[in-house]
Amino acid sequence: MPRRRFVTLAVVFGCVALLASTASAQDARLEAAKKEGKVVWYTSLALPSAEKVAKLFEQAHPGVKVEVHRTGSQRVLQRLMQELGANIRNADVVHTSDAGHFVLLKEKKLLMKYTPAGVDRFPAGFKDRDGYHYGLRATVSVIAYNSKAVSAAEAPKTWKDLLDPRWKGKLVTAHPGYSGIIATHVLALANLYGWDHLKQLAQNRLMLVQSAADPPGVVASGERPVAVNGAEYTFYKTKKKGNPLEIVYPKEGVPLIVSPSAITAFAPHPTSAKLFTDFTFSREVQQVLADSEGLYTGHPEVTYPTDKPKLSELRLLTVEAEELEKRNEEIKKRFVEFFGA
Amino acid sequence: MKAIPADRSFIVWVGAALALVALMALPLGWLAWVSVSSAAGPTLAHYLAVFTEPRLQKALWNTVVMALWVGLAAIAIGAPLAWLTARTDIPGKRVIRGLVLASFVTPPFLGAFAWVMLAGPNAGFLNKAWRAVTGFEDPLVNIFSMPGLIFVVAIYTFPYVYVMIANTLELIASDLEEAAAILGGSRAWVAVTITLPMVAPAILSGFILAVLQALALFGSPAILAMPAGFHTITTQIWSFFQYPPKVELAAAFSIPLLLATALLLQFQKMLLGRRGYAAVAGKSGQRRTIPLGAWKYPALAGALLVMACAIFLPYSVLAKAAFVRAWAQPLTWDNITVANWSFTFFEYSATQSAVLNTLELGVMTATVGAVLAALLAYIANRKIIAGHQVLGFLALAPVVIPGVVLAVGLFIAYTRPPFVLYGTLWIMFVAYVTKEMPIGYSQSDTTFKGIHPELEEAARGLGAGRLRVLREITGPLARAGVIATWCFIFIGVIRELSASIILFTPATKVMSVVIFDLKEEGQFGAISVLGLFMLAMTFATVVLVQAVLGRDFMGARD
Repeated sequence: MPRRRFVTLAVVFGCVALLASTASAQDARLEAAKKEGKVVWYTSLALPSAEKVAKLFEQAHPGVKVEVHRTGSQRVLQRLMQELGANIRNADVVHTSDAGHFVLLKEKKLLMKYTPAGVDRFPAGFKDRDGYHYGLRATVSVIAYNSKAVSAAEAPKTWKDLLDPRWKGKLVTAHPGYSGIIATHVLALANLYGWDHLKQLAQNRLMLVQSAADPPGVVASGERPVAVNGAEYTFYKTKKKGNPLEIVYPKEGVPLIVSPSAITAFAPHPTSAKLFTDFTFSREVQQVLADSEGLYTGHPEVTYPTDKPKLSELRLLTVEAEELEKRNEEIKKRFVEFFGA
Repeated sequence: MKAIPADRSFIVWVGAALALVALMALPLGWLAWVSVSSAAGPTLAHYLAVFTEPRLQKALWNTVVMALWVGLAAIAIGAPLAWLTARTDIPGKRVIRGLVLASFVTPPFLGAFAWVMLAGPNAGFLNKAWRAVTGFEDPLVNIFSMPGLIFVVAIYTFPYVYVMIANTLELIASDLEEAAAILGGSRAWVAVTITLPMVAPAILSGFILAVLQALALFGSPAILAMPAGFHTITTQIWSFFQYPPKVELAAAFSIPLLLATALLLQFQKMLLGRRGYAAVAGKSGQRRTIPLGAWKYPALAGALLVMACAIFLPYSVLAKAAFVRAWAQPLTWDNITVANWSFTFFEYSATQSAVLNTLELGVMTATVGAVLAALLAYIANRKIIAGHQVLGFLALAPVVIPGVVLAVGLFIAYTRPPFVLYGTLWIMFVAYVTKEMPIGYSQSDTTFKGIHPELEEAARGLGAGRLRVLREITGPLARAGVIATWCFIFIGVIRELSASIILFTPATKVMSVVIFDLKEEGQFGAISVLGLFMLAMTFATVVLVQAVLGRDFMGARD
């Protein structure tokens, strides 16, 4: 009996000591982060979502600010590389939706090896083998239509349906030269149907916008009744706001986009960057991304809204990051060739 | 004039030479060099690549088409308006002039953005109204097209033509026109045979100014042409910077734009140089007002229609979009919100630093620019040093460099040692000073031409030194002019987009760049909020100039 009590005590003690030590390690880290004062986040997460994550972090870590620099994935890379070309080291955390970027950045030794707390339980598709970058969120690229302008019966159901000339002048696409989601989408569809699919699609004289977050606005306003691609989470959010918008998940498959996040090798605020990265991969934030932003995540405990399909219910088209990196130029070039700009 | 000691003029020359090197020679030198250099030595490969690629040829052609049509459209709008306000008894002249001024200072990219909401083929308000009224399926206007682009650029460019013509008309006496009328010419006949030839040089030179504006524009084509699937030179140059950047192609593609601008300006100079019309020279004769009679109100309606397109409609649609959740939905209670404002100013973290950067750059550029321009104009006007004419020429020279081209040059020059300015506000400061110097200089030049040297000479005769004369005589007399120059430059800087879009880094964003970023993401509410804010800043400055000058700043310059 006393012996058992001793064991219990020892265990309790041990736990307390462990907790205390991690807590004090946490405190020490927070203090160090406060000294750095901020973390600079180059991100392609849609602006309202990015600002929300930043605000959550600032609330949980008073004294550490998040500087959000939001633009399209391709622009994030462009700005980062332009800065490095002039020896400017500004970015702490880089997050885009073009997995190919992280192949490139890793190869150029611009990433820090860092594993955010708790990501070991994420599925393989969210993890870099070498431990440099991890998928912060995922979405799929889908078709969407304005339900006031198009009835459910008429609406396109498959990618091939969009080639029908009756959609001439009625479609909108986002741009792979801006958006990583769209670059992934274009490659996934080119792999599925060949470049000819894209060429035929262009015959329908599409309106070109830049961000994968823009087609929802265009469709909701009625400027074009149908979007041929776009980030599902932004369509979902637009729909939830009461806009007349319906999402179509073509059964041939939807391109899956897992958006990696990494700390730069030269991060001027490394402690804050780690704190921020851990925070964004925590269950709380991942749950927020799922609940209010309509995103998918790699976190196994996250639950999803019931009014949208689970990832496991969808047929997913995936693209290898290496291939995306290698064919980045080709994707942009083909797109411009077919669509004009 | 007493000869000035050689050492003092030496300082001025060294300063001017250094400034010239930093502002123009270095960027343009690098631009030219990069356009012909490769790892394997000098090459014309970049030019070849640029000019044989059909896609790029098309961009060139699009630019030419757009610019020429904008020039013509600007005449079609600007010339009649100028004649109406300068010569006829059209009612509300002051208001019309005020509105032309408003269109003059409206950032063209904001106008383009507003017109997306007005005339997008399906969701645009005008097209919706058109369909509702006529029942037609086709839209009235599709703004995402070449004609749409030309239209939107023209309604913000015609003031250049207007100013040239209105100012000329105010200098022409009516004697010749009256003589013709007495001899039995009808009003229209007189206008065509007498008035028109006299203002022809002004029309042509207004046309050239309008074409130049159109050539250099970045925002409007980016907003209206790219969604329609076509590029102009400026948007194409900008997209060369996508990763992996093709700066050498951007440089090679910049050169034709630079040459075209230089040629057009040379042509304009030739035209103006020949303006030996005795009738235009003096202010002696009287200008009689032509009664419009029955045409009075149709003419007014025409003028107001132009203003509706340039001001009323776009400003209203911006104001609406700033206060609603969904811009295309009707203005109902549950659509109205102030969320765009709180998001833009309190949640969107880029706003505050961009506003600060813009103000900082605006004040800095305007102050340095106005002082520098005043100094140069003073030296040139009072012929203080030998070779003063050259200074004036140098100050006006940057006018041939379109913003995008200047930016490409600066980007190449200042991202490498010895001067790494990229990533700081300084590179934008350099761009803005260079870009604004011509307008600042010509404004200051006017100021000093208006101050007769007799006063200064009298003071010097009474024994005052040059500095004291400057402080007590010239300074106070020139103050209003210098303040006006300051405001001019300030307005130019806060709306600048075409150079900024290439030179900014995430840490040095300015308002125009933030608006463009938001545009790419389709955040209509936030753009409208920032746009209105920018307009408010602009108009506050305009009001300041009017108060200082006691007239509107498009007024006849001597």
